[in-house]
Amino acid sequence: MSADTATQIHNIGYRTYEGPRLGRAYARRSLYSQSLRGAYGLGRSAKSKVLPMILFAVMCLPAAIIVAVAVATDLDDLPVDYTRYAIVMQAVIGLYLAAQAPQTVSRDLRFKTVPLYFSRPIERVDYVLAKYGAMATALFVLTGAPLLILYVGSLLAKMDLSDQTLELGQGLVSVGLLSLLFGGIGLVMAALTPRRGFGVAAVIATLTITYGAVSTIQAIAIEAGSTGAVKWLGLFSPITLIDGVQTAFLGAATAFPGGDPSAPGAGAGAVYLLVVLALIAGSYGILMRRYRKVGL
Amino acid sequence: MIATESLSKRFPRVTALDRLSLDIGPGVTGLVGANGAGKSTLIKILLGLSPATEGRASVLGLDVATSGAAIREQVGYMPEHDCLPPDVSATEFVVHMARMSGLPPTAARERTADTLRHVGLYEERYRPMGGYSTGMKQRVKLAQALVHDPKLVLLDEPTNGLDPVGRDEMLGLIRRVHTDFGISVLVTSHLLGELERTCDHVVVIDGGTLLRSSSTSDFTQATATLAVEVTDSDACPDGTSALREALTAAGVTLHAGFEEGLPGAGHILLLEASGEETYDIVRDAVAELGLGLVRMEQRRRHIAEVFRPDAAAARPEGAARPADNAMEVQAR
Repeated sequence: MSADTATQIHNIGYRTYEGPRLGRAYARRSLYSQSLRGAYGLGRSAKSKVLPMILFAVMCLPAAIIVAVAVATDLDDLPVDYTRYAIVMQAVIGLYLAAQAPQTVSRDLRFKTVPLYFSRPIERVDYVLAKYGAMATALFVLTGAPLLILYVGSLLAKMDLSDQTLELGQGLVSVGLLSLLFGGIGLVMAALTPRRGFGVAAVIATLTITYGAVSTIQAIAIEAGSTGAVKWLGLFSPITLIDGVQTAFLGAATAFPGGDPSAPGAGAGAVYLLVVLALIAGSYGILMRRYRKVGL
Repeated sequence: MIATESLSKRFPRVTALDRLSLDIGPGVTGLVGANGAGKSTLIKILLGLSPATEGRASVLGLDVATSGAAIREQVGYMPEHDCLPPDVSATEFVVHMARMSGLPPTAARERTADTLRHVGLYEERYRPMGGYSTGMKQRVKLAQALVHDPKLVLLDEPTNGLDPVGRDEMLGLIRRVHTDFGISVLVTSHLLGELERTCDHVVVIDGGTLLRSSSTSDFTQATATLAVEVTDSDACPDGTSALREALTAAGVTLHAGFEEGLPGAGHILLLEASGEETYDIVRDAVAELGLGLVRMEQRRRHIAEVFRPDAAAARPEGAARPADNAMEVQAR
């Protein structure tokens, strides 16, 4: 038997790499897609898929039920506006952000992997853009998917196509803005600490405390009869900021207490929009500063 | 490969590098210095991540101030500290790092398999890294620095935390990185002794300035110090003195000092090994006197000791601190 020739292991020695090196932009894209997949637990352990997938399902389930009801009972219009859906489901969005923002940035800080990135062609701006982009995209998938379910359902129920398409567009712009705002706030909170637990707590606290405080004071303001104050109080929590912007510019009905009279008009809406944009830019700036310190 | 010209780096309170001029060629180069000597600062500047206060530096002919990204594409870096996430496997991690260096997905996977095999990780590369030993972690850290086939790797204290066997394996691996892979190496350590055996060239910095830069053979001659300890016997009640006389007669240079403050210090002879034959002389002398040889070993020594004006002169205060075996229990 000449098995010895078949079973030989050849040590082929070291091979050099002459192929292409695709540089910064490619590395940034790779980091973006790896982080985005990671935000849903893809390419990671089964355990880390559980929570994001459950939250995704919870986010889409009400939309599916609404669609089922709308198709079955032949409604003329959806019982929930596209723009309202994310406001109603804000707790789920908050939980998702609290769970996944630390996952996206704290791991690299805790295990000191960041220097390995910065010793490669990739730079601080690439790292921050990739991580921020991935977090915002993950949130956009989370908040946009149920809107698409609603849209498909509305078409199945033979609602007016042009109305529905316009409203879907407004809804998507709104959740796009929400994703950028929430993603930025979540990453800043998470990047301040390498400890995952602190990150989770900080994100939840930021979202719930500000929203709780704002809606309580708004309710008190209504009782006291000052509807003008309600309009400006909304500036102080992320979700009411989005509410204000979409009420002013995206044809949404406000979720503020007191209804239409307390909703921001075009002037106040512009302030809301500016604050949202400033917060997004600020989050980016803080992340850039944060990573200046941890390079190597 | 690396050239610096009066490179300085000053922080508000300390000067990390002070007009350092170096010229490092291909091969394995050791960068030796105590903690805080400026080794890590130098590496940061060489990677183009930290601007120098003054002076210039170039790596692979590229200026660090203007071509940082181009340098980092051709250079690998292995940090001193832990940098591995425990919940991913070595393969996944190194593939990701290869892509961060710009390798296309297929090439990244092939190079990862190759590189992990070369550093000596086989089946375990599919397991999460949290369960790895320190030696395996160091190999993964080395692999991620090599995966994109750099022209030069900067290794920051690669033997830290390893036991003597792991240390030797890592040093052998570093040697192979140059001889088999053709990649030049700059390796830092605070132990001169271990770099002597691995490097072609050793650069010593202290307080941000160049103490000495020379090829390893220059060092070996000045530094090979043997420590010999013998037992007493009935024929020679004081074995140590008897051996000293015998060795002096045989023409071996003995260091005057003893190792103060160590157990059994008076019984240890320090002598200069001028070559292989010194070992034989000691062996024969001990055998002739009928003494028991407790130990004969090469001393790893404090860096500053190498730079004594006269190697045979009495040791300056505080310089005599052997890095290892200090706590060895004497067998007698």
